[in-house]
Parts: sequence; structure tokens; C-alpha cells
Amino acid sequence: MTTAHAEAVNGTLPHEPEKATLEGRNKVLAFWLFLGGEAVLFGTLFATFLALRNQTNEGPSANELFHLPLVAAATFLLLVSSLTSVFAIQAMHRNRPALLRSWLLVTVVLGAAFLGLEIYEFSEYVRHEEFGMTTSAFSSAFYTLVGFHGAHVAFGILWISVLIGQLVRKGLTVVTAPKIYVSAMYWHFIDVVWVFIFTVVYLLGKVG
Amino acid sequence: MDWITTVDHKKIAILYLWAGGLFFGIGGLEAILIRIQLIKPMNTFLDAQTFNELITMHGTTMIFLGVMPVIFALMNAVIPLQIGARDVAFPFLNALGFWTFLFGGILLNLSWIMGGAPDAGWTSYTPLSTTTYSATHGVDFYTIGLQIAGLGTLIGGINFLATIITMRAPGMSYMRMPMFAWTTFITSAIILFAFPAITVGLVLLTFDRILGANFFEVGGGGNPVLWQHIFWIFGHPEVYILILPAFGIISEVIPTFARKRLFGYSSMVFATILIAFLGFMVWAHHMFTTGLGPVANALFSVSTMLIAVPTGIKIFNWLFTMWGGQVRFTTPNLFAVGFIPTFTMGGVTGVMLASAPADFQFHDTYFVVAHFHYVIVGGLVLGLFAGLHYWWPKMFGRMLDEGLGKWTFWTFIIGFHMTFFVQHFLGLMGMQRRVFTYLPNQQFDLLNLISTIGAGLMGVGMLFFLANIFLTSRKPADAADDPWEDGRTLEWTIPSPPPEYNFKQTPLVRGIDAFWKEKTAGHKGMTPSEPVGSIHMPSATILPFLMSVGIFIAGLGFMFSRDTFSSEALSFLFNNYIVTGLGLLITFGSMLMRSLYDDHGWHIEPEELEGR
Repeated sequence: MTTAHAEAVNGTLPHEPEKATLEGRNKVLAFWLFLGGEAVLFGTLFATFLALRNQTNEGPSANELFHLPLVAAATFLLLVSSLTSVFAIQAMHRNRPALLRSWLLVTVVLGAAFLGLEIYEFSEYVRHEEFGMTTSAFSSAFYTLVGFHGAHVAFGILWISVLIGQLVRKGLTVVTAPKIYVSAMYWHFIDVVWVFIFTVVYLLGKVG
Repeated sequence: MDWITTVDHKKIAILYLWAGGLFFGIGGLEAILIRIQLIKPMNTFLDAQTFNELITMHGTTMIFLGVMPVIFALMNAVIPLQIGARDVAFPFLNALGFWTFLFGGILLNLSWIMGGAPDAGWTSYTPLSTTTYSATHGVDFYTIGLQIAGLGTLIGGINFLATIITMRAPGMSYMRMPMFAWTTFITSAIILFAFPAITVGLVLLTFDRILGANFFEVGGGGNPVLWQHIFWIFGHPEVYILILPAFGIISEVIPTFARKRLFGYSSMVFATILIAFLGFMVWAHHMFTTGLGPVANALFSVSTMLIAVPTGIKIFNWLFTMWGGQVRFTTPNLFAVGFIPTFTMGGVTGVMLASAPADFQFHDTYFVVAHFHYVIVGGLVLGLFAGLHYWWPKMFGRMLDEGLGKWTFWTFIIGFHMTFFVQHFLGLMGMQRRVFTYLPNQQFDLLNLISTIGAGLMGVGMLFFLANIFLTSRKPADAADDPWEDGRTLEWTIPSPPPEYNFKQTPLVRGIDAFWKEKTAGHKGMTPSEPVGSIHMPSATILPFLMSVGIFIAGLGFMFSRDTFSSEALSFLFNNYIVTGLGLLITFGSMLMRSLYDDHGWHIEPEELEGR
């Protein structure tokens, strides 16, 4: 811990700064565990959705509702944002804080664009299709599953934005590095969940 | 103020103990009221609605707000000491977990004074718990209160997992860990994989009730059985979240007072893991009569019975540990020895209930009530009593009085068997659970009277325990480091109560029962694994408290967001989600503060350590 601190003070970072201190290692480990819990959370939401996805209560069905081009565009934005967060971590490992900040910023912008498309999608459904939370069991399950994911994206955007602010104020150190690493793990997790949503909710809804 | 800002695991343990004890008392009084109502046929002491609220709150309070916090109290007090750590992995999160539990519990109990407690049973089955059948805010208090409290449990679980994985003293391999550390580890893993399911279930029910969603409303295409699946995929593992720590406590207490090492240590470890694994496979045995079909019933029936195998291994290992030992019947050991036959009886009726055809007969009778009280009270609560008496000197530096402890044991265990043993027969004779009264001359009268007298006797046992705590607290704190003189694990190598840094020097572990091993080798204490050095400590902080207050306000705001109020101002604040927003602002603001201002902590220097 002391050598890691000394290196950070001298402006050089250890090889994997996120795992240089016990606190950092604990943080990364606990975050893996947390993601295990999150997997159960989304698993339960998926199970609920699968159980109720044909219960349309004479409201719109998935096939009538979804526009795949819009969803594909959103998917593309989110998948690319996962890639840019990988670039951010690579920049962190090469100890280039300015580059790291830029890639994090790109990630946040892409995430915000994704969220914008999702809000647009939801508002279209509510205004033009009369498809709201209370319409049917299918609508409740749809908004809850996809909305939970959206809330995770929104939280991730806020979180990474705060971290960018921290990077500006405090620089890249063994204290900030684990936080950035963990937020990147979170971002990948959100992305993986979206791949499942794209398949189970949208593709299966269109063709299943 | 010191207590509100503390991040020391030993102080958080005491907070958990007092808060959990308070809720335990409330849950106990609710139980006594239930038993008074059932003391004779056609009793008019309570009305049906109040009775429904009482049974709901008794079950919910005892499980989530009574015994779980006391388990967490013992884990917090003991686990870092047993594994030779200076603290838990995340002291800040530890405090946060406690405060969210407390505010969740307060929110739930506010229902008594804010327009009606939840009345749909502790399982909150739909459609009973939907707005159609439960129109007051009662079930909203249930969903939102438990949500907030559950958050704290999940945080605690992750914290213990990380602590046990990364912070064990040098030489303490997994297969040298004390059994209580092992069961805490496995319990935390179950929490991690079970609690998110109830989180989702509670969200869905909240959305149904407050936002008008249709998850469980048949009219909108929803499915009430879905709630049962989600509830029990959490609820069955929850049973093992409760009982495994008790197994751990018994496995610590019995070897100490038999002066022998635990028989079959490695089989105990693997039995624990197996029970946890099987615990996730059996949830539908709560749903045999729901109509899942014979194939599902058969599979869940067999997998449930399988759990008896690892549990049996444990029971026999405890018996073999005592066999040939120099057994001392101190109060903790009385509770531990009393646990074994009592819990075994609960296990036997468990196998009976696991048989699907038989379950169709037992279903919703007092036989089921008797079964789960034998497991949870006769298992877990006896285990907690054993653990509290055993570790009390370590937590507070004062030995509890042995005489009063024995009075506690005998009144409690006799009262317990009087209360619940006869309920098996009431159930077999057809008395239904959850009914607020019964007709005379159905042969229920005498057994119900006996049961109520037994409940009173259990209450007397609790009073002995409270008196013991009160009288002990007036004595000087002069317990020895190893007050039972036969301590086997690391917590007995440091002063009682321990200094805030726990170990001046991290000990070197050279075998199972590290302290006992050194004692038998003729050493007075542990060999240190490091020189005396500066010890880093985390700073106290108010932020966990504030975060929990924020969530509490947000929860209340959300609950009343669709109400009509007599005052314009209140309607404006609640209906526009301003109260909810304010609460979330406090929480997220505190998170931002935590993020912006790094906690560098402080150090205790070697001179200061030597000065003591």
C-alpha cells in the first residue's frame, strides 16, 4: 500500500492501479459480487416478462408495437459505448488521464443518446399507441423490465460524470482508479443485460 | 452522536442488537396478543381485522426485523475477530446497512399509527394483497418498508463475503476457518442470490398497488401465482439464511464446552454448502396445493427431502462432538444442547410436510405453524440465545449471570414446547391457521389453553433474560480475555471488549481452532505475523444515516403520491412527487458528498498502542 502511494505521488502508477491497494481489491471483488446479485434481479424481471409477454389484455401486442430500426439504433449506441469504456480502461492502464477523460466522456454521451432514444420510444407508445403502465400485464412487464434497465443507464451516466469531475480535481491515483474500473464493469453489465433485452423482448416480440 | 456516526463493526453490532431486540419485543407482544385471542373459543378480545394485522406483522417483524438483525449483530461482533481482521472490508457500507434496516423497520411499524397495518399475511399473497382486497396503505408499508430494510441486508451480505474472502489473517485457509465464519460466509452468499428476487417482487407489488400495473391482477392479464414463485424463490432460501448462522453458533459453543474439537469439521463445511445449494431448488414445496401438477410436486418433494441428509450429518456431528467430552452445562451450552432435539423435531415434521400427498392434509393447519416455529424458534432463537450468552462477555466485557441464564433457559424451553408441541395435534385435528377464532367443543379448547399458557411462560423467560442484561450492566466490566477458559478461536485472544483496532498485531494462524492449538502446544497467546506498526482506521461519518433518512422520506412520499389530502399544500407536495424527490435528493446528495470528499481515515501510532 505504501509503495503504491509513493508511486502515485511521484506521478507513476502501478501496473494495475485499480488493484494496487487492499481497498481497491476489495472494491473490485465486492462489485463482482454485487453484479451477481444484479444478475438475479434482472433474471427475475426477465422471468416475469416471459410469463406475461402474451397477456396483452386486448391492448397492443409486441408485434404491433416495436419498430426494430429504432431499437437497433439504440443497441448500436450502447454496444459502442461499451467499446469506448474499454478504451478508457486501456488509457487508464497506460497512465494517460487526459485520454481516459475523453473516452469516459464519449461513453457518457453515447449512453445519454441511448437513453434519449428510449425516452422517445416510450413517449411514442404512450401518446400514439395508448400503451401505458396500466394497459395490460404485458405493458407492465415491458415498462418495468426495460425501464429498470433504463434507470440503470441513467444512474451510470450520473456516476461516470461524477467520476470525470473527480479525475479533473484529483487526477488519476490509486484512489480514483478502482472507482473508474468498477464503473466500467457496471457499464459492461448494463450492456450485456441490454443484449438479452434486445433478444428476449424485441426480437422474440417481433418474430416469436 | 457517537453512535449515529460510528463505522466500527463492534459498535454497529451493538446497534443491531438493540434495534433488533426492540423489534423482537414488538413481535413478541404481537404473538402474546394472538395467543390471548385464541385462549378460548369465540373470544372477542380482538376483532378479525386486528387479528389479521397482528399475524401479518408478527411474522414479518420476527423474520425481517427481529431475528435477522440479531444474527447480523453476532456476525458483526464476531466475524472480524474470528478471522483475525481489524475491521470489515467496507466499514462505511456496514453503517449504511444498519441504518437502512432501521429506517425500513420504522417505516413498516409506522403503519400501526398511520391508518392500518398490513393484513395479507407475512407472505403477502396476491390477490389478497392487491388494492381490491386490501384497500388501506397497510401493504404499501409492507412493500416499501421491507424494500428499504432488504437493501441493508444485501449490503451486509456483500460486505461479509468480501471481508471473509480478502481479510483473513495469514495462515487461515478456508479449511481452517471457524464454523461460524463458514456459515456466515454461506449465509451471505444466499442473501446475495435470494434478496434481489424479493426486491423485484416487492417492486412489482408496489407498482400494482400504487401505479395501477397488472402483474398480479387477473383482470388485466396478470398472474397471482407469479407472486408465489417470486416470493418463495426468495422465501425458501431465507429459511437457510436464518438457520445456518444458528448451526454455526452451535458448532462453536458445543466444542468449547465439550473441550473437544468439532467432530467431522470438513463434513460440516460441505453439509453447509450442500444445504445452501439445495435451498434454492425447493421453493415450490410451499406451493403443492397451488396446482402445479404431479410432476412438479414429485420433483420438489424429493429435492426437499434430500435436505434432511446434510442436516442429519450436522446433528450427528454435534452428538459425536459431545460423546466422550468433558461437557460443562453453562448457559450457552444448555441452549446449544437444547437446540439439538428441538430442531430435530422441526426437521422431522419438515420431512412429513415435504411429502406432497400428506401436505394436502396438513396444508394451512396448525401443523404447519407448529413445524416452522419448531425450526425458527426451537432452532434459530435457541441458537441466538446460545450465541448471545456465549459472546456477551466479548461484546460488553461483562459475564451474564449464570443463575438467571439457567432460569431463562428452563422457562423458555418449557414454555416453547408447551406452546408449539400441542399445535401439531391441533393441526392434525383440523384447526386452521390464520383464523381469528374457533367454535367450542371441537376438542380445540384445552390444547389452545395450554398453548397460550406456554406462550406466557416464554414471555417470562424473555423477562429473565432482560433482567439478566439489566443487572449485568450495573456490574464492572471485568471479563477476562478468555472468560470461558476453553475458548478455541481468535476472538478469545484479545481483551473483552476488544479495543477499536481489534488486534495490535495480526496473529499467525497454524491450524483449525487457532487459539486452542497454541494452548495445547503450551503457548500463552498467538504468534504475531507482523511487527507492531501504525494502524489505519476509517473516520466516523454521518452520511450513512442521512442516506437512509433520504430513502425513508422518499418511500413515504411515494406511498402517499396518489392520495387525496384535505390540505392543498400536502396534496401539492405529495401528488407532484416533491416529497419523493426531496428524499432522493438527500440520498443522492449524500452519495455525491461521499464521492467528492475522500475519507483518508486516521492512524493509531505504535506509541499509543504500547501506552495502553
